Amino acid sequence: MLMPPPDAAILEQRNGLIEDLRRILPHEAVIVDERSLKAFECDGLTAYRQVPMVAVLPSNTQQVSAILALCHSRGVNVVPRGAGTSLSGGALPLADGVLMGMGKFNRVLDIDWDNRCAVVQPGVTNLGITRAVEHRGFYYAPDPSSQIACTIGGNVAENSGGVHCLKYGLTTNNILGVELVLITGEIIRLGGRHLDAEGYDLLGLVCGSEGLLGVITEVTVRILPKPTTQRALLAGFPSSEAAGDCVARTIAAGIIPGGMEMMDRPAIHAAEDFVQAGYPRDVEALLVIELDGPPAEVDDLLHRVNAIANACGAVSCRVSESEEERLRFWAGRKAAFPAVGRISPDYLCMDGTIPRKKLPEVLTRMNQLSEKHALRVANVFHAGDGNLHPLILYDANNPGELERAEAFGADILRLCVEVGGVLTGEHGVGVEKRDLMPAMFSEADLAQQQRVKCAFDPDHRLNPGKVFPQLHRCAELGRMHVHKGKIAFPDIPRF
Amino acid sequence: MTDTFIPTTAQETLDAIGWAVAEAKPLRLFGHNSKARLGRPVQTAYNLDLSRLQGVVEYEPAELVLTARPGTPMADIEALVAGQGQMLAFEPPDFGPLWGGAANRGTLGGAIGANLAGPRRFKAGAMRDHLLGFSCVTGRAEIIKAGAKVVKNVTGYDLPKLVCGAYGTLAALTEVSIKVLPAPEKTRTILIYGLSDEAAIKAMAEAAASPHEVSGLAHLPQTVAARSGVRHVGDANAAVTLIRLEGTDISVKARCTALREQLGRHGALEELHSLNSAWAWREIRDVSLLVQPLDRQLWRISLPPMQGAAYLAAIRAALPMAEALYDWAGGLLWLALPAVEHAHADLLRGALAACGGHATLFRAPDSVRAAIPVFQPQPEALAALSRRVKQSFDPGNILNPGRMEPRQMEAGV
Repeated sequence: MLMPPPDAAILEQRNGLIEDLRRILPHEAVIVDERSLKAFECDGLTAYRQVPMVAVLPSNTQQVSAILALCHSRGVNVVPRGAGTSLSGGALPLADGVLMGMGKFNRVLDIDWDNRCAVVQPGVTNLGITRAVEHRGFYYAPDPSSQIACTIGGNVAENSGGVHCLKYGLTTNNILGVELVLITGEIIRLGGRHLDAEGYDLLGLVCGSEGLLGVITEVTVRILPKPTTQRALLAGFPSSEAAGDCVARTIAAGIIPGGMEMMDRPAIHAAEDFVQAGYPRDVEALLVIELDGPPAEVDDLLHRVNAIANACGAVSCRVSESEEERLRFWAGRKAAFPAVGRISPDYLCMDGTIPRKKLPEVLTRMNQLSEKHALRVANVFHAGDGNLHPLILYDANNPGELERAEAFGADILRLCVEVGGVLTGEHGVGVEKRDLMPAMFSEADLAQQQRVKCAFDPDHRLNPGKVFPQLHRCAELGRMHVHKGKIAFPDIPRF
Repeated sequence: MTDTFIPTTAQETLDAIGWAVAEAKPLRLFGHNSKARLGRPVQTAYNLDLSRLQGVVEYEPAELVLTARPGTPMADIEALVAGQGQMLAFEPPDFGPLWGGAANRGTLGGAIGANLAGPRRFKAGAMRDHLLGFSCVTGRAEIIKAGAKVVKNVTGYDLPKLVCGAYGTLAALTEVSIKVLPAPEKTRTILIYGLSDEAAIKAMAEAAASPHEVSGLAHLPQTVAARSGVRHVGDANAAVTLIRLEGTDISVKARCTALREQLGRHGALEELHSLNSAWAWREIRDVSLLVQPLDRQLWRISLPPMQGAAYLAAIRAALPMAEALYDWAGGLLWLALPAVEHAHADLLRGALAACGGHATLFRAPDSVRAAIPVFQPQPEALAALSRRVKQSFDPGNILNPGRMEPRQMEAGV
């Protein structure tokens, strides 16, 4: 994975830049020594590391604005960072860039109970929002696995999902507004406490833009009343086909569960060894299906789903009889990543989405790929929305094994695209999937996305080297080849 | 004399736009023209009629995805998914009669261009939350695609959000994929009689904050309720507040009982079941109760739900004859006003400054919509950014020039 080569001229002006930054920020908020900078060298994609030229820790919007304007005028690149939990390298620093840590933006500014929304700073953690509103029966719906640590600013940048997003949506469906600082230092507001702002839906565009369009300094999120009851069903199947069939028939029956997760045999065993969730070991696929709502509805739907599971050949079915038991069902699934971390020195977590009906085909071919690359793979799967998380097991200490794991991962993602799916369902492109973008998008598709980037950041100062495999200059992208008088009047039906 | 291209394929769409770009001839884009009177009027020497790019390409109910060409009539799509027990959860409105046109017209592409949503918006989202991917021809005369045909995807920028509500000013869509969802088995609506606007907003907020998954919250002041064709609403002789519950039979009954208990102290209660409930919500969705007389000007105002009543009170202080209908728990206010040249724009938008939100001039004669900004004007930094986004798709300003804001007309290369 190649990042843009550091610009020697920029590295030379480091001292002058530091001096300018210290005019904007208190001394301790401009980090320059090698040892302290090392804390920022990677995010959740630990295979890639790079110490930034300088790190800054602003604590208000005016500072963010001044820093961006400064970097803009000096021609210095900026990488925004929330909690650094990105699994795609979205916050990987640049050797000639400023890393902007948003951790000091950690306050809940306003909870507007009547309008059912909360205004928070971007460094508030995902779970922190729920913690701030749960005493009155509310919660914030998107729940990525990293929710204890990941911040809402990062969630907006990545359009994060979670196990409940089939029913409750991704981040983009759960935010009402943001304050955004452009690379020029201009501060703009998108949305507010109301729905569907006037003009182009720039809020929707910024959500999931991976820190390439602006720096978010405030977020207004919707908060929802907590469901009265949540119960889960644990169903083991002799094959992934049978489990996949159960998922399809559940949805076809008009049931959208709060969560519907699948694990394959290696993932089940790893999780069971780790947390003893009580999962059956003698099955090929396990479903955790959670229903939420009023008790009468949950009982009714559990009954229906149970019947569907049995009809699909489930060899074991258990319904949670207490909150403790429900949480135990989830404990295994939620601990799947660290559980796999225990049985392998390293692992890569992939994130493709496929049309659900292609699951058996994809799993079969993934096993073939596993043999080809001589690496093990465990699968966890947001089954309801077709979002696969294959975990590729490898040992970085064995020469060449990381490269093999990456090649295996790339093959899996190309397979996802080939069957009609996508490269990433919720982790983002970042640096990890950057060079695979042409597998899904044509040159024209990518050029148009970059033109949108140019509308926000014409010099590519914000988070360059992420998302797009090649950086084209905006002037070049904007050029139109107009053929006046040379294109014949179109020969198509008219009146 | 206007010349109209009627492409039947993506390639023909590309040919037409390619020629228009080369000759710098702007195009007016439309499907069924059912929303021609929404947005600023556009006049061009050439038209691009997209209604023949039609037909459902792929529909797999278990995948929750439907792919169709944008000229497909909405009515066809809704009938198709209803046949499989599914729905378009954003409850697309039918505004044809609102402009004096026919009902049941309109295309999928038009619903995307206007980012429509009905009463379920606050729970289920708008069109923007259901468009998964598209192919199109941009104003640069290039075929591109964005998004995908699966329900969960974050690969690349979310351009599907951008084309929703863009009124055809960025691209001509040629194929789109949308998310569909199971339709509820059962629907019931609780009515509360006789609430003031302010009390209704409070009751709706209480219902919305309850765990009973309410999917519709609307309030009809007395004179508006009186026009309803649903007996328990139209004959109430009082303001009517409507609270909708949807789901499985057992669930709806349980939630209905619980909610009636909780809300009983607000006023006298009644219940609407299946057909009557559907009829009442259709009237609200399509704003049927404010349609007549046709010469009144109509505003659509989106604001924080709790501020709805106070906002209307401020407007009524200056315009006592203003008639209103509240949807989205108070977050959507429809206002019918006597026609004037300035459409009361300054008053309505000025009063929004206090609470935030935006006001759209939804129905007014062409001359008024040409003179008064139809969409809420934006602060300059944001407006300039929006223009740069427009230019990134359509640098020659070929597609629907000026439909959203007058300065789009001067965007230029």
